[in-house]
This record gives sequence, structure tokens and C-alpha cells, in this order.
Amino acid sequence: MNAPVPNESGAQWLRSDGAEGDVVMSSRVRLARNLAGFPFPNAADNEERQDVLDLVTRAAAGAELAPNLVTLELARLPDVDRYALVERHLISKQLAHGDAPRAVILSSPDEWLSVMINEEDHLRIQAIHAGLDVRAAHTAADAVDDKLESRIDYAYSNELGYLTACPTNVGAGIRVSVMLHLPALRLTGDIDKVRRAVKDMKHTVRGFYGEGSDVVGDFYQISNHTTLGKTEGEIVDFMETQLAPTIIGYERKAREKMLNARRTHLEDKVHRAFGALLHARLLTSDEALEKLSLVRFGVLCGVLKGPDPRVVNDLILLTQPAHLQRVSGRTMEQGERTVARASLVRQRLGAAT
Amino acid sequence: MKCDNEGCENEATVHEVVIRNGKKVERHQCEQCARSTGMIQHVSPSAHELLAKVILPQAKEIAEGAGQKRISCPGCGMTIARFRQHGLLGCAECYTAFAQQLGPLIERAQEGATAHIGKSPKRTGGDAARHNRAAALRRQLREAVSAEEYERAARIRDELRTIENANGGRRGPHAPSADAGNEP
Repeated sequence: MNAPVPNESGAQWLRSDGAEGDVVMSSRVRLARNLAGFPFPNAADNEERQDVLDLVTRAAAGAELAPNLVTLELARLPDVDRYALVERHLISKQLAHGDAPRAVILSSPDEWLSVMINEEDHLRIQAIHAGLDVRAAHTAADAVDDKLESRIDYAYSNELGYLTACPTNVGAGIRVSVMLHLPALRLTGDIDKVRRAVKDMKHTVRGFYGEGSDVVGDFYQISNHTTLGKTEGEIVDFMETQLAPTIIGYERKAREKMLNARRTHLEDKVHRAFGALLHARLLTSDEALEKLSLVRFGVLCGVLKGPDPRVVNDLILLTQPAHLQRVSGRTMEQGERTVARASLVRQRLGAAT
Repeated sequence: MKCDNEGCENEATVHEVVIRNGKKVERHQCEQCARSTGMIQHVSPSAHELLAKVILPQAKEIAEGAGQKRISCPGCGMTIARFRQHGLLGCAECYTAFAQQLGPLIERAQEGATAHIGKSPKRTGGDAARHNRAAALRRQLREAVSAEEYERAARIRDELRTIENANGGRRGPHAPSADAGNEP
């Protein structure tokens, strides 16, 4: 049965302040797993997909993955709810589309855990934590993996490890990502250096919504792309102790540089963005994210006295199209949304300052 | 500015200026119309697209060179030609059926790595855990030797021998446990 999509109080990772929270929004670990004896989702017919879905949901219920689990069968959800899950980073765009049997299991209401069923692989186990805490996210995902594995046979080979639909994920089947807020590096133009450094360290830079998405509002997702010949611990530790701290260091240095050498320039940018949010009558989601990013930056470095950073973080989510429609309680065309978005932002920021 | 698609009342948010036959042609559309007329397309390639464009053409050469163009996977009927189109395998057995073609491809995508040394399933992967430990030790041994840390190398070699003896001295089969049954 389909439970209702969790309400807007979820997405704890976006709300609580984690370690290095001035730069790191969240840390995420995703494990790709497939059931032995079933074709991968792309080659499975609907009956086989349904069998996989039933097996996994039964195993998940018995294994007590988290105190309160919610299973959502996506084929039965309205568009706006499916896209809200994408905006909350709980499912991929790919899982949101189509009408084949597929589902997501969420821990509710905190949403630190989501298990996608019948995405590219049978299982994508995701744990997400606020701030820089890749190790905790990995420990959590790993424990869920163990619990499911005690009840399900995985497709696994001694030589190649966990077998995945795409051969680029084979091995540990692990994707370790951090979502970074890098406004100063973008403003100083040093972001390209970061991109090169990340590439040199065999990692990938992606946009706000992961694979195939663009960078908006200075939010960058950095993840590993090799999964073979290294242990999970090595991959996790490299992100936690080397790659992420290096980029955090760059961003903080760039912020300091801007505050010392170009303070007026920075103040101008931040106050203009805040002013636009306080007064705009039409706002697209990209513009909202772009301006909210600058306001978040302004609050963090003390250039802006208000608004409450939690209000800004909330708005990052609530100004996205599906969330906006859910908060407003009705479906809206794009043109209507730009009006409603501007009004929501004015109201929330006005109430907070 | 309104969207220039006839009958559409939305605000134009996507703008395009092209020089066609020496003439400047402008288009201003809303997001929805721009998607349906193809003005907006996904520009960042996904991993699959990269795979399909960069890595898979190699697989073609390898498959044809080996005269194995028409092999299909006994598990799901996948062919290397279809894999090349989508970048996705059909089932666990594909890894065995196309081992020859996938080997170089995986090595390239994984920056030279060819063997898993990480976690293995506890319940079904007891053997695998030993294999993985051995693989990790082999790698450490290579590193120790190239760093001329011979004492460390000797210790690693001894542990490796113990593991390999317990295992009958053979490396594991390159096959998934695809027939292990699926009851939870």
C-alpha cells in the first residue's frame, strides 16, 4: 500500500547543521546491489520487476532497517509527489519516470535512508547525512546492506565484486558524494581550478541533482567514479580526509580573500541578491536558487545580519517546482509558479527578518 | 516577453539567436515549449552516453576481432551489439558470457583496476571474502616490493600463502552465484 509522501518537515540533512556546514551541505553514500537470479531492471519484464519489488519490500520489513519505514510505489504517485522526492534527493530522475513497477523505501520522517527499487540496478541503498560525515553515511548504508543481505541473495562474483547493470559501477558498487556550497570559488573564478583538481584525483563534479544535471546556485556535488580495486573504506576515507577538506580549504580561503580585499564588492552582490528576493514579483527556480545561494553566503560570512540560515535552507527546497506546488496546495503552470514562488519567498523572508 | 509559440501565454524564459543562411533568427519560448521544440536538450552527457561514445566502440573492435559478434548471453539473451547501444548489461551472467569483451572495458573505466578487493556478502560470500583478502594482499605485496620494504613483503607473502592454501591454492571462479535461489 502507498503511504502518503512524507511532509515538508523531512529532509533532516538539509535542516540540521552538520560538520563543516558552512561549505558542506550533505554527505551521501549510495550502494548498488542486484538480486541473484533475476535479470537487471532494464532487461526484466514487469512480472520480474514486481517479483523483485515484492522480495525486497518483504525483506526490508522483516529486517527492521529503521524504526519507521514508508514504501512508496512510484507508478501510483501523482507527478508532483514523484518530483518532490527527486527534489529532496531521495530518488533519481530516472526512477521518477515510466510506469514499470518500481518503488522507494524511506525512513520517516528523518529521511536519512532511501532504498530505490528497480532503478538502473535492483537496489540503490542511500544514506544521507548533514554536513561532512561520509563515514557515518557509509556506516549507515553498510548496516542496511548487511540486513538486506541476510535475507536476499546478491549477484556477486569473487573476481568483480557486486555485479551491476552498468559495468562502470562493478566492484564495491559504491558512490560517495558530498554536496558543496562554493559561492566564493565561483565569484573569484577559481572554480575551474577545483574542477581540474577533482578530475586529477579521479573524482567527478556534478550539479545540484547529480548525474546529468547543471550547476545552479553554486551547489556542486563531488563523487568518486571508480569502484573497483579499492575497499569501501579507502574510497570513503579519501573523500572524508583528503578531497573534501582540500576543497573546503580552497573555499574558505576564497571567502577570506573576498572579505578582506573586495568587501564592498561582496556586500553589493549579497545585498542585491537579498533585495531581489525581498521585492521580486516573478522568480524562476534557477534565479531563486542563485540568489538564495548568495544570501546563504552573506549570512555565513556575517555580511548579512538576517535572515535565519534555516529559513534560507528551507527555501532552497521549497522554491523547487514540486515543493512549491505542494506548499501552495495546487498544481500550477510554470508562469503561475514564478508568481507564487516570489510571493512565498517574500513572505518567508519577511517573517524571518 | 511572451513565448513566441502560437497560442502560448507563458513568459519566454529560453532565448536563442542563430545565424541561418546569413540571417539572424531569434526564438523566445517558455520552458515547456522549448522542451517540445527541442530548444532545450540535455547537454551534460550521462555516464551511459560517455560509455556508449567513448568506451564501447572499443568493445566493438574487440568483439569483431575475436569473431564473437553474435554471442548472446545464455541468462538473458543480451548481445554485445545491444549492450553497445545502451551501455547496460542484462543480467549477472552477462559478465561471464562477455568476459572477454568486458575485461578491457572495465579495466579502462576503472583506471586500470581489474579485481574487487572490497566488501563481500557475509552469508553467501564466505569464499569471496577470502579471495578478496588475497587480492588485497597481492596488491600490498606489489606495493611493498616496489617500495623495497622487504620485511613487510615477506610478512604479506606468508599471510597470502596461508590464505591460498586454505583455499586449495586456486583463485575463485569468475562467475556470479546466479543460481543461488532467491527466497528471502
